[in-house]
Amino acid sequence: MKDIEITGRGFLDYAPAPESTAILHLQDSYGLFIDGEFVDGSGGSFATVSPATEKRIAEIAIASEADVDLAVAAARRAHTRTWSKMSGSDRGKYLFRIARLVQERARELAVAESLDNGKPIKESRDTDVPLVAAWFFYYAGWADKLDYAGLGANPRSLGVAAQVIPWNFPLLMLAWKIAPALAAGNTVVLKPAETTPLTALLFAEILQQADLPAGVVNIVTGAGETGAALVRHPDVDKVAFTGSTSVGREIAKAVAGTHKKVTLELGGKAANIVFDDAPIDQAVEGIVNGIFFNQGHVCCAGSRLLVQESIHDEVVDRLKQRLTTLRLGDPLDKNTDIGAINSKEQLDRIRSLSDLGEQEGAERWSAPCEIPENGFWFAPTIFTGVSTSSTIAREEIFGPVLSVLTFRTPAEAIAKANNTPYGLSAGIWSDKGSKILAVADRLRAGVIWANTFNRFDPASPFGGYKESGYGREGGRHGLGAYLAAGGSSSERSERVETKGDNK
Amino acid sequence: MTMQTTALAPAERAIRVLGGDLTERSLRQYLEGLSGVDAVGLEQRAASLATRSIKTGSKAWALDRIIELIDLTTLEGADTPGKVRSLVAKALHPDAGDPTTPRVAAVCVYGDMVPVAVEALGAAHGDPDDGLVSVAAVATAFPSGRASLAVKLADTRDAVAAGADEIDMVIDRGAFLAGNYGTVFEQIVAVKDACRRPDGSSASLKVILETGELNTYDNVRRASWLSILAGGDFIKTSTGKVTPAATLPVTLLMLEAVRDWHRLTGEHVGVKPAGGIRTSKDAVRYLVTVAETVGEQWLQPHLFRFGASSLLNDVLLQRQKLRTGHYSGPDYVTID
Repeated sequence: MKDIEITGRGFLDYAPAPESTAILHLQDSYGLFIDGEFVDGSGGSFATVSPATEKRIAEIAIASEADVDLAVAAARRAHTRTWSKMSGSDRGKYLFRIARLVQERARELAVAESLDNGKPIKESRDTDVPLVAAWFFYYAGWADKLDYAGLGANPRSLGVAAQVIPWNFPLLMLAWKIAPALAAGNTVVLKPAETTPLTALLFAEILQQADLPAGVVNIVTGAGETGAALVRHPDVDKVAFTGSTSVGREIAKAVAGTHKKVTLELGGKAANIVFDDAPIDQAVEGIVNGIFFNQGHVCCAGSRLLVQESIHDEVVDRLKQRLTTLRLGDPLDKNTDIGAINSKEQLDRIRSLSDLGEQEGAERWSAPCEIPENGFWFAPTIFTGVSTSSTIAREEIFGPVLSVLTFRTPAEAIAKANNTPYGLSAGIWSDKGSKILAVADRLRAGVIWANTFNRFDPASPFGGYKESGYGREGGRHGLGAYLAAGGSSSERSERVETKGDNK
Repeated sequence: MTMQTTALAPAERAIRVLGGDLTERSLRQYLEGLSGVDAVGLEQRAASLATRSIKTGSKAWALDRIIELIDLTTLEGADTPGKVRSLVAKALHPDAGDPTTPRVAAVCVYGDMVPVAVEALGAAHGDPDDGLVSVAAVATAFPSGRASLAVKLADTRDAVAAGADEIDMVIDRGAFLAGNYGTVFEQIVAVKDACRRPDGSSASLKVILETGELNTYDNVRRASWLSILAGGDFIKTSTGKVTPAATLPVTLLMLEAVRDWHRLTGEHVGVKPAGGIRTSKDAVRYLVTVAETVGEQWLQPHLFRFGASSLLNDVLLQRQKLRTGHYSGPDYVTID
């Protein structure tokens, strides 16, 4: 055998394989989508940029309070006149149509998502967009079966839903919000995140293509003020929010004492628990997927690795080795594993929390990646020697930063996993089924993955304990969040009920 | 159980890792102590490696390297000297229309065809590292392995004496599935010994696990470690006579065993997926999996091989396409 030369990156330096942006036909500027039409906003405008290059993509309108008013009024009209009167099977047809259009335009949506958000195209192509279609297909099937949603016969829609979504999965979060709302007979005013409005606006085009009745879905763009105007609007019946715990708290305060129903899906600091009998290679993959998927911009990310002390060194060793094969760079390159951080603001937050981790005595290790000159980037980073009292073990970093802690016994693992103000998700790695079930039973988290992580399915409810929010999205539970039991629906939706006349 | 404490042949690697008192029991305990494999996770990882997009310069490099890693194989009852000579000619000049095409690593034939292959290769017979072509022979009652050890050893010695550079042996899957790891181990050790030549050098030993018959990933992991501990130079997925033959998840799992062996001892063991890899696209996925699991230094003939026959022509067609910009057809490459 020839002496083996480790020649660095030869073959592994794969030639660029960028997805073409030719498929995109973007406008130079986008208005607000109100009552089935794109209209100018009256609150000015802002540019949405690609976080990978800091280049401007398009000019986006800002919805003022008056615009929000128009949007809510349009949604109210559509609910009263059209959507709440339509049969469930007809609403289902629209949702099926939307799902199929999403599939047809999947590549375009994936490219737009990666461009605007910075996530790798392989994730937007293989995870985000297929899940978006799956969500619409799933809830399309529910539209004419609401009697089985768990609220008894003839449940009623709530009315107008105000939905505010985050920037980490822009189109997917839109689907999580819009699909169940429409299936249940509500109409929607949705505000996408300030940094990632693009796919929501492309989605508005899809709604036009699908001939969805005007006003059933309205999309208003803007920053926090637009969102605040929307959730505070008196003619809104339901508020659904996904985002940070601090904003969630504001919303909860704003709607307290009103008739509005609320679901909040907030932050997390998930424990990913690896026992010494875990399938080790798959556990390492799961750790990587748990925290480095979508640059760690995942509310249910496995950001706290709890590893049994006896295998700590081995796991960390293997993890570091694995991280050296991750490719950071152009989100549109099909071989990119780690894309750009979504914004300068978020990058600053990740940096300052990581610096704090170091100052507090944890040992920092970052994968050796070349960081592009422009754009916002952060190399996958592991902190070892983290204690339960460290800031980086308690606060949500929302970036590609993993804190590694150890435990000795299952009881200690459970105690440490639960020792957080959050409770959105958790992971358990063990080859022993009985142990997985016993531990899962005692974890206070809304979603628990066993021997996998970050898997989503429209049939599975998702949501948190404690400061991770309340309410569930997905599955039958997610549908219930947009329905009231027959006879006890809100006053507003009763206004439109005419069934009584037929009795 | 008395059998369990029976001492096993003192294979050098096993003694280093398991300690001096090598017994059926200590071997079993070691193999059963290996970390389990989560099938869903393994297959997901393989599927994600298969999404790598290898283009332009990387693709050109990969196609040539695939050729250099092929064991061009004919293993049929109907094999004749004429067929083997034709195979050798193809191995030496894969693409008659393009002299820059590299040679394959080896030709792989049944033991009785070794003399024919050696003669046909002539001066081109030798180490693929030197641009020459090796002769690999399947042995040990290939493909079933159902024969006495004496017959298996005679089969092996015969092929080595006839000039085989590499022996592709099969493990006794029956013994493995019955839990008689010691029997499988001893046979590999004995075959390894039979690979020795009078001058003290040795034919390289590839150990075929026949993963399609082992059925579970946990079994594949145990069989991989068992074969490495017993002294295999290569671990090989399949005979090509059983379905499924090589799959990407199984190969990934075997690469992980080889990687962990390297972590443990610093030694390099090769991996050979065989059977069922027919297209360039498929083969490129294997290269990606090797490079991202054990490192690209494994992409050399002494550490990675494809056991294949029809793969070569697909690679040649892809190669022609890269050169000319358009696809030709099966009549523009020779059948063997």
